[in-house]
Amino acid sequence: MTTLPTSTTKKLGLVIDLDTCVGCHACVISCKGWNTENYGAPLADTDAYGSDPSGTFLNRVHSFEVQPEQGTAQLVHFPKSCLHCEDAPCVTVCPTGASYKRVEDGIVLVNESDCIGCGLCAWACPYGAREMDAVEKVMKKCTLCVDRIYNENLPEEDREPACVRTCPAGARHFGDFSDPESNVSKLTAERGGIDLMPEQGTKPVNKYLPPRPKDTLSEGAGDIDILAPYLEPVAQETKGFLGWLDKTLENL
Amino acid sequence: MHPAPSVIFFTVFSGVGFGLLIFLGLGLPAVTGLNAFAFFVIAYLCAVGGLVSSTFHLGHPERALKAFKQWRSSWLSREGVCAVIALMVMALYGAGLVFFETRWVALGLIGALFSLLTVFTTSMIYAQLKTIPRWNSPLTPLMFLSFSLAGGALLAGQITTATVLVLLAAIVQVVLWMIGDGALANSGTNLATATGLGTNGNVRAFEPPHTGTNYLLKEFAFVVGRKHSMKLRLIAIALFAVIPLLLLLLAPFSHWLAVLALISHLGGAFASRWLFFAEAEHVVGLYYGKR
Repeated sequence: MTTLPTSTTKKLGLVIDLDTCVGCHACVISCKGWNTENYGAPLADTDAYGSDPSGTFLNRVHSFEVQPEQGTAQLVHFPKSCLHCEDAPCVTVCPTGASYKRVEDGIVLVNESDCIGCGLCAWACPYGAREMDAVEKVMKKCTLCVDRIYNENLPEEDREPACVRTCPAGARHFGDFSDPESNVSKLTAERGGIDLMPEQGTKPVNKYLPPRPKDTLSEGAGDIDILAPYLEPVAQETKGFLGWLDKTLENL
Repeated sequence: MHPAPSVIFFTVFSGVGFGLLIFLGLGLPAVTGLNAFAFFVIAYLCAVGGLVSSTFHLGHPERALKAFKQWRSSWLSREGVCAVIALMVMALYGAGLVFFETRWVALGLIGALFSLLTVFTTSMIYAQLKTIPRWNSPLTPLMFLSFSLAGGALLAGQITTATVLVLLAAIVQVVLWMIGDGALANSGTNLATATGLGTNGNVRAFEPPHTGTNYLLKEFAFVVGRKHSMKLRLIAIALFAVIPLLLLLLAPFSHWLAVLALISHLGGAFASRWLFFAEAEHVVGLYYGKR
């Protein structure tokens, strides 16, 4: 059924800390590994060792440059996967009912045996969270590692999404947003977690913690290194032909 | 958006086919017997040929029957349901005209209504997408409907109606182009809202996730040929509107000129539909610094 549930018992999702992410892409690799070896069709690579490699990924890390009006630019690494939206536009457009949002935990999933591979759900998603697999010809997306988080065959510390489990910087957090006392709800409240593209009206469950502004130690405080004066260039005056050229051009 | 030939072929041909069915359902022209048979063959070739071609872009066409299930929420599913009803009702209505020389008026009207609904539901598949601001407009259904009716009127030989409808299609098309050019900028979605980093400064895409391309870029960030879009727009409007109008209005009516007008119109409709896809910008392109 591709109409959305009016409410879900739990709201499972991720908090992604843009202040902490170092852009190592470990989450990309662990996601690809787990989701190729486990539930559903594997995530195919085409021409992997050729001149035009391409592949299916459920999680990709972009890097953005943020240039404030004053001061130095900041580089922000930006992991992006399915945000498991409350008003998921990808679900309602599906003609077969292959795409659905689970009532019990709010996870958005694809029933791959019902997917006709029309691609309309990927068109409807503003975040680029869905990718058509080039080999299996079905739509692939983040499952929030639904085959890990409830899996009693795994040790308890592994019962979280592969990307969260693997992140060496602790930039990814998994939890239930419907519980105001959960780790993710508290983090979002403390750090002012935000929605991506709120104007699209998708009500994403996943939240992003904005990066803290860059520190300003080097600004206004003058030389912070006591050795700085000794590092002044020795030769201030230019000599020789280039010096003459420089002066002549200046006087023109 | 990637302009998939199968989808362009489908929307143009099934549009024209269902457009002709609308006119046949209304009894314009009021044909029976072999004449009616010829008209219905043309209409079904266009409509069904278009629908079959649309299944070519599916990853799993063998599961296409499942697509009739979700008509409560999905415009794509509604399109399938409307198309099947329209084709079945019109087949029955056509059988009456061809084999019994009788026109079942009510059946024709129902068939015409569902043919119209089929074109409308097709257009809503595109118009519903907030992710593609250029399409997310009431003008999109108006454009699909006016093209379908204009092509249908030309095929049905309704010269006066066709003249009016071709003119209408041209006006809608020009307005859609003009408004569409500013649609992404006016949508309120930009790299700042996409990343939420806008409060810290000016955001620029620095490095894409992978050095290679991917499904998203191939499907949504199609930019080939956009630099020729102005020329293509002129070619499209000359072919689908100006030449047919000149042929219909200025020259004394002849079947050959009507056929020429129709061919010119269809050629222009293809160019217009190619542009409809090629010029459409998906907001996901923002994450890649593309549009």
